Amino acid sequence: MLQIKPILVALKRHKAGTVLIALQIALTLAIVCNALFIIRQRTEHLARPTGMVESDLLTVANRWVGVNEAATLPLTRTDLEALRRMPGVVDATVTNSYPLRGGGWSTSVNTTPDSKKEQGHTTLYFSDDHALATMGLKLVGGRNFRADEIGSVDAKSFDTAPAVIISKALSDKLYPKGGALGKLIYLSGLSKPSTVIGIVERLQVPWPGNWAGNFAENAVLVPVLLTGNFGSYLVRTQPGQLERLTKAVPTLLFKTNRMRVIPEDRGVRTFAEVREQAYKSDRGMAILMGVVCAVLLAITAAGIVGLTSFWVGQRRKQIGVRRALGATKHDILSYFLTENLLIGVAGVIIGAMLAIGMNLWLVSHFEMERLSLLYVATGVIALLLLGQGAVLAPAMKASRVPPVEATRSV
Amino acid sequence: MFAYYFQLGLRSLRRNPLLTALMVMAIGFGVAASMITYSVFRATANNPIPEKSDQLYAVQIANWKADDLEKGEPPSALTYTDAMALMQAHKARHQSALYPIAPSVIPADASRLPIEENSYAWYGDAFAMFDVPFLYGGPWTQAQDDARAAVAVIGKKLNDKLFNGANSVGKSINLDGHDYRITGVIDEWDPQPLFFDPVNTGGFGDPIGLFIPFTRAVDLQMATAGNNNCNATPGTGWDNWLHSECIWIAYWAELPSTADADAYKRFLTGYAAEQQRAGRFKWAPNVRLRNVTDWLDFNKVVPPESKISLLVSLGFLLICLVNTIGLLLAKFMRRSPEIGVRRALGASRREIYLQFLIEAGTVGLTGGALGLLLTGLGVLGVGWVFDEQIARLATLDGSLIVLTLIAAVLATLLAAFYPTWRAAQVQPAWQLKSN
Repeated sequence: MLQIKPILVALKRHKAGTVLIALQIALTLAIVCNALFIIRQRTEHLARPTGMVESDLLTVANRWVGVNEAATLPLTRTDLEALRRMPGVVDATVTNSYPLRGGGWSTSVNTTPDSKKEQGHTTLYFSDDHALATMGLKLVGGRNFRADEIGSVDAKSFDTAPAVIISKALSDKLYPKGGALGKLIYLSGLSKPSTVIGIVERLQVPWPGNWAGNFAENAVLVPVLLTGNFGSYLVRTQPGQLERLTKAVPTLLFKTNRMRVIPEDRGVRTFAEVREQAYKSDRGMAILMGVVCAVLLAITAAGIVGLTSFWVGQRRKQIGVRRALGATKHDILSYFLTENLLIGVAGVIIGAMLAIGMNLWLVSHFEMERLSLLYVATGVIALLLLGQGAVLAPAMKASRVPPVEATRSV
Repeated sequence: MFAYYFQLGLRSLRRNPLLTALMVMAIGFGVAASMITYSVFRATANNPIPEKSDQLYAVQIANWKADDLEKGEPPSALTYTDAMALMQAHKARHQSALYPIAPSVIPADASRLPIEENSYAWYGDAFAMFDVPFLYGGPWTQAQDDARAAVAVIGKKLNDKLFNGANSVGKSINLDGHDYRITGVIDEWDPQPLFFDPVNTGGFGDPIGLFIPFTRAVDLQMATAGNNNCNATPGTGWDNWLHSECIWIAYWAELPSTADADAYKRFLTGYAAEQQRAGRFKWAPNVRLRNVTDWLDFNKVVPPESKISLLVSLGFLLICLVNTIGLLLAKFMRRSPEIGVRRALGASRREIYLQFLIEAGTVGLTGGALGLLLTGLGVLGVGWVFDEQIARLATLDGSLIVLTLIAAVLATLLAAFYPTWRAAQVQPAWQLKSN
């Protein structure tokens, strides 16, 4: 039988301890809920595939030295030929950017020439007919570019792309009923529309963060090589050749033409490194929040153990009296468990309100999403269980107080 | 008495090792988490040029129609047209248009590979405006700006690399195949956040090691190494782009007093109105003048990670304190008989307060020592969570060490007030009777 009334009366005599435990449970719940939610938000896109085959892929940032912007095209072509001839290389291409790189070209895209409102936002990847093979993209409709479709222009003057390949996500966005293949799309600022000649299953934008959250998989491949000093080579290697080529590729490039800079920092990266660096702060934040949660729960549990032990010590005499009057060990155990549950319930009620309030504040200040109530519910159950677990040892100790204690020092 | 109580405190810590360990760990973890995240926040929210931050202003002019603006704010960079008009007007004490460039340094020794260097194109006036310290020589002159002269100012590091640290003023440096005469070498200068160009750097980056005149860079058609935003295709070629509505230039003005700033704002509004009359702007003047701190705020330089983790760890510290209050309460009340005896033997309440606050202080100090150790480890691990450019700014310096210890002791004393008060309320007669 639960003895709620006597417990409440007893708690009244320990107001401070009761309030402290309840407060600690409340604050812990508020912070753990929000921390877990941050972890989920940060980790949900960690596993997002880029659409490329990410193994055996090398990226090389390249900057030409002392060359007029317009004169870079033949140099780039020479590089590409040399790279493609290299033993161990499957294919190579050059592009203005690639998924998870961090910087790139973004623009709005529409299905009519004079639409007032933007229908979709997308990134543009400027590359050639080797892009699909090098990146390992999966064509789900249409065809690849032909070698004779590849144009070249300097970035500032780009204003036409007759044929483009788009990602399935963009195709679904612009033509929800399907059949984007062969249709026209209007890229903002271009003088003429572009015909969709191919659709790839998936291709992520260069930005890993929330900024591009609403167009994360909208991409357009443009068959144009941008002239200028900035570009990145992508190199697909044969299995097992990646490590060797990470050193061999820059050496070959310098041998082909030494008037270039390959940045020391992030110049040559395998795609595994690109992914790791792109999501570094997300993963770090998730780990940090995880550690905070774990330590917090441990400290709260320890606090409950400490205070309850003290109470048990204080009440040895009363426990002895109860035992002498016929209470079983089980009665004593359930007394302390119930007591803790009552304090815990009060704590989690306040804590749930705090958690939601804290989340609302974060939402208004940091572009966060609303906290799902599932997290609050999970947190509530976790903290109640934690409380019961923490109180178990002192409660067991209390239940072992012998009835003879009642007769001592009275 | 103080030393005696301190000794008593230490002895009491040993008497109940588990409870003590719990408290020390709670304080240590709580303080360390707060201090680690604070060290990052301190670095990111730093005022990079405190003596002038309210005199330097970034200029914004809406050259795009309202539909192309974000929340009605003018774009965060200027067009070449507007930047040149402001330079020509020369209304501020110091002023400069600037943009990042990416030239490569070709070493004189032909066997060495080209070097990349973080570089900016700006006016000679910018050195005085931003208080850039010189090691050798000085900035180039306005006449050299006007003449589009091939001159350069280099950083200490590049000077070490190319000239072994010798005075290189008057020597020449080859950038992308063009020779530039060095007019000055700057000393260590690394304002973080990089207030003058958060738009392209995100606020943090390696020190800038090379500067050339803006006019020279434009002459050589050096494209910006930063962002270029267009709301319409500018047309073919460099000149079309230069005179387009594409934005890519940062513009700074030094305005010593509020009156100067007001006057400059009026001038900007007048300029925009003039553009409207001329038919270039089809909207009312929309200009902004933001000082360094406002500009960094506007560009959201402090990463949200930094603020959120600071908040979470302060919450964490709060919980640790609540926890400590409970544990201290248990610890002190357990000693009611002892307090009763002391009070009966003539100790005043004040004495009891002193004894227990000092005991709490001992716990705080021990917690602080643990906190310091954890903070040290944590600061080393900041690179796990934050970008390297930010992580390198978070350091455990003297002020952080002092702050950690003070925070630990103060927090514990704060937590000890209620338990101590309870201890002092112990009735001696009661305790003596029941024992």
